Formats: sequence, C-alpha cells, structure tokens
Amino acid sequence: MVFLNALPGAVAEGLIWGLMAIGVYVSYKILDIADLTVDGSICTGACVCAVMIAKGVPAWLSVIIAFVAGVITGIVTGLFHTALGIPSILAGILTQLILYSVNLTILSGKSLITVDARSNTLILNMIDNTGAIIAAGLIIAGVIVLLWMFFYTEVGLTLKSTGDNPDMSRAQGVNVDFNKVLGLAISNGIVALAGALLAQYKGSANINDGRGAIVIGLAAIFIGLSISTKIKPNLVVSLIGVIGGGIVYYIIYNFVILLGLKTDYLKMLSAIIVAVFLAVPYLKGKYFNKKKAVVPQSAGGDQNA
Amino acid sequence: MLKITNLQKTFNPGTVNEKVALNGLNLHLNDGDFVTVIGGNGAGKSTLLNAISGVWKPDFGTVEIDGVDVSNMPEHKRAKFLGRVFQDPMKGTSPDMEIVENLSIAARRGTKRKLIWGIKKAERQQYRELLATLELGLEDRLTTKVGLLSGGQRQAVTLLMATLRRPKLLLLDEHTAALDPKTAAKVLDLTDKLVNENKLTTLMITHNMRDAIDHGNRLIMMHEGHVVVDISGEDKKKLTVEDLLGLFAKASGKEFTDDKALLS
Repeated sequence: MVFLNALPGAVAEGLIWGLMAIGVYVSYKILDIADLTVDGSICTGACVCAVMIAKGVPAWLSVIIAFVAGVITGIVTGLFHTALGIPSILAGILTQLILYSVNLTILSGKSLITVDARSNTLILNMIDNTGAIIAAGLIIAGVIVLLWMFFYTEVGLTLKSTGDNPDMSRAQGVNVDFNKVLGLAISNGIVALAGALLAQYKGSANINDGRGAIVIGLAAIFIGLSISTKIKPNLVVSLIGVIGGGIVYYIIYNFVILLGLKTDYLKMLSAIIVAVFLAVPYLKGKYFNKKKAVVPQSAGGDQNA
Repeated sequence: MLKITNLQKTFNPGTVNEKVALNGLNLHLNDGDFVTVIGGNGAGKSTLLNAISGVWKPDFGTVEIDGVDVSNMPEHKRAKFLGRVFQDPMKGTSPDMEIVENLSIAARRGTKRKLIWGIKKAERQQYRELLATLELGLEDRLTTKVGLLSGGQRQAVTLLMATLRRPKLLLLDEHTAALDPKTAAKVLDLTDKLVNENKLTTLMITHNMRDAIDHGNRLIMMHEGHVVVDISGEDKKKLTVEDLLGLFAKASGKEFTDDKALLS
C-alpha cells in the first residue's frame, strides 16, 4: 500500500530523469561520447530555473533560459574536445568542475534555493503528481517529436553518421568537429531542461543535484533499450524506451527504499545497475557465444558478394 | 585535373621511427586519366592518397585539384572534389544507418547541409535504380542497416556513394584487397563501369600487378616516396608483369617486395 502511494511520485520523477536520459542518449548513443558534463549541466538547469523563478520570471521562460544555459555548457565541452584536442571524457570532467563554481555563483554562494509552489505558478510540482505527470509527459512528447524530425534532416543524418563512422563522414564532406559540438549542445540543453523541471518538481535547487546523473541516465538507457530494441530498433521507439527506463529505474529506487535500504547506498546501487548492464553483453560474448564464433560473419562468393 | 608539386612528408621526424613517406613527389593527372598505382611496402602509396584527401598536412609542397590549391583545406572541405573508397570495407559506410541514409549523405557531399528533410521521395526511386545496377539484390533492401551487408556489398555501396555526386577525382586505396578473389573481381568490374560511364579521373592503388596492367590508361610505380615509373597509352597496353618487375629492379636497384603482391 505504501508502495502504491509512492507510485505516482516515482512515475513523475522517473519521467523527468527519463528526459535527462534522452539528453544522455544523444551524446552516448548517437555521438558515441560518454559526456560527463551532464552531472554539472543538470544542476545548472536546476539552479538557473530556480533563481529565475525566485526573481519573478515566469516558469516557462525560466525553463527556456535553463535550456539555453545547458546548450552553452555543451558547447564548452565540445570546444574543449574539438578545438583544444582534449579527450572527450576529460573535457566533460573539466566542464563539470567549472560548472560547480558556476552553479555556486548562480545560487549566490548558497547551497540551496527553494522554489515555492504556492507563491509561484510552476509547470509542475510535487503536490500535484497527476498534473506533474501530464506536464512532464507533454514536454517529453514534444522533445521526442523534435528530435525525431531533426535526425531525419540533412544535418541530423550527418550527426548520426558522425558518431557511427567519423572516417566515412569526413570523406562525405561532413564537418565532424562542428557536429560533435552541436550534438553536445543539444544533449546538454535537454539535460538542463530536465534539471529545470526537477527543481520545480522538488521545490528546490541544490548545489549537489545531479551528482551521478550520468550514471542514472545510462541506467535508464540500458533498462529502456533492453526492451525497446526487441520491439523495433528505431529512434522514436528507443527514446520512448529510454523514458520507460527512467520510470522503471525510479520505481525500483522507491521499492528499494521501502525495503529499508539506507539511502546512503542508492548511488552505489545505480552504479551497480549500470555496471551489470555493461558487463552482461561483454561476458555473454566472451563465454557463451562460442558456437556463433565458428560461423563466419560475412562469407564471400556469389550469394553474399 | 590533379597537380601535385614537390610533395614531402616525414612521419615521426627526429625519432628512431623517422620515416620519409613522400620525398618530393610530382604528379600531374589529366582530365579523364585512370591511373593505377603500384609499389612495394612503404613506397608511400596510401600516404599519397591521404595527402590528396587531407587526412594530414604535408611538410612541403602543394596539391591542386581542378585548378584549386587545396593544400590548406581541411579534409571535410576537400571532400567536395573527391570520391574515396578505402581498403577496409568497414570504413566507407555508416554501419548503424540504412543504405538509403548512407546514400543520401553521400548525395549531398560538398553541399551546405540544411535543416530540411535529409531524404526526398524522388531520391528513393533514384537509389533503387542505381542499386539495381549493382546486381546484388540491394534495390529491395533500401532500409537495411549497412552493417548487415557483407564486405563486398559494403564496398560496392561505398563505390556508389563515392560516385553518386560526380567527383573531380576518384581515390581508390586498395579497395579490393580485403575481399575474396571472386568478390574482388566483381567490385573491380563495377569500378571500371562507373569510371567509364562517368568519365572519372581516377587514382587506384592496387597490390595486384595484373589488375594494374589490365585497368586504366596509365600506370605509375612508386618507390621511396616518389614516382619511379610512369607508363601510359600503347606502352601500357603491351606491358607484362615481367616487364614491371624488370622496371622496378632497374628503378630501385632491388627486387620487388610486397608481402601482398599477387604476380599471376
């Protein structure tokens, strides 16, 4: 019963983290970059949104400004990586660290800023979970439709090929460096958007929000794709799957709390989920795929040539 | 069409691994030339193609394509002039994308890509017809992910992509070397067909002396970073593998060595 009562909240929060996971999907799955900026940019989104609302800016405008702030953080990481030649993992870590200072500045040195749902008109809040689920669901639907359209444009197709095969992309005249910056900008914009929604939902922005966000994002992606690829491996189904992954993650999360696990261990739990999802395909390939290995992947000859 | 002047490239300069890959290479290709390139290990054949396509900048010298000095142009900008097929069949196509998506990206090589639909309806029909000419049954598999195709099929699609938008210069870097002999012959036939139909200026590296003689109107042999033999027209038609080996020995003072060279 307690679990059922917690369910709407888990779904609402899962949706928001699922949106963040869509941002991670763009960098991790499409660009093939494990971008650690997100731990900082989700917090930037939350801080910008909370401060704006506290200053009396309408919630919808605050969310848009938070999105733009996220885009900028992605551009910074992208330029570290492409223009300055810093390996992508390190570029993300550097931006993440920069953002810690930036976020503190945004919060005027405080570690927490509250967003009061009673004195402000918010897009979503914790008090009305049904409303929050509808609002988050609509925003997510919009983001998925826009991404789906974008990835079938001339630019979008080259963004996919940039992550899939940079050599081929360059040979076809694609500016791979520009595309990486663009992809990271889109990714972190979406992550910051999720951060902005999270701040409104929870009613606060905390300087420690977003620590380990990348791991939660990856967990949502792995959980979601493990189901969605079996249905249809196209972009829209994958993105819906990722949202589903976020919801499943938060339901498990709430369930584990109810079982009495100390919240101190939750970050470890997230990390273990991701480690398991990464390790299982590897170990399967190593120990259980011996039969397949005998069959040549691509035989020559008339039939296959 | 292509004018290379005094091109020099040294890898790892100043170290024990220093390697002079291109040593003052000069090469001039006329419009419509189909040149085959042979040479021993480390002669600088692939380095030459990489210098033309802009994978890195040469230490010295210039590359001109169709009267444009591209020496300082980045790789993705030079792509406007070039069609490229690599030795590794995995390198020329995007495996996780559909055949039609790969082709549509290639069809826009050298154009400014916009936020408009990346595949137009009419294109699908055009690609279907083009794929049918390959006679590999790919015309009914437009939405198949390229990663599911065999090496030969991928190389055929890459060739199509390289020529879909007519390049000023087609660069083939041992593009049949990784294929089994039967598939290699098919891809080579297709190469001939595409080059002749579109009258493409072509530079084709091969390790197969027979192929080098049988294809194209001109043959160059490289050794230690420059061109040592350059034969065209009637002289090339009369050439035999023995002649080539003799020419190589004369030019380099050594026996021809290439761990991959097929002499039959």
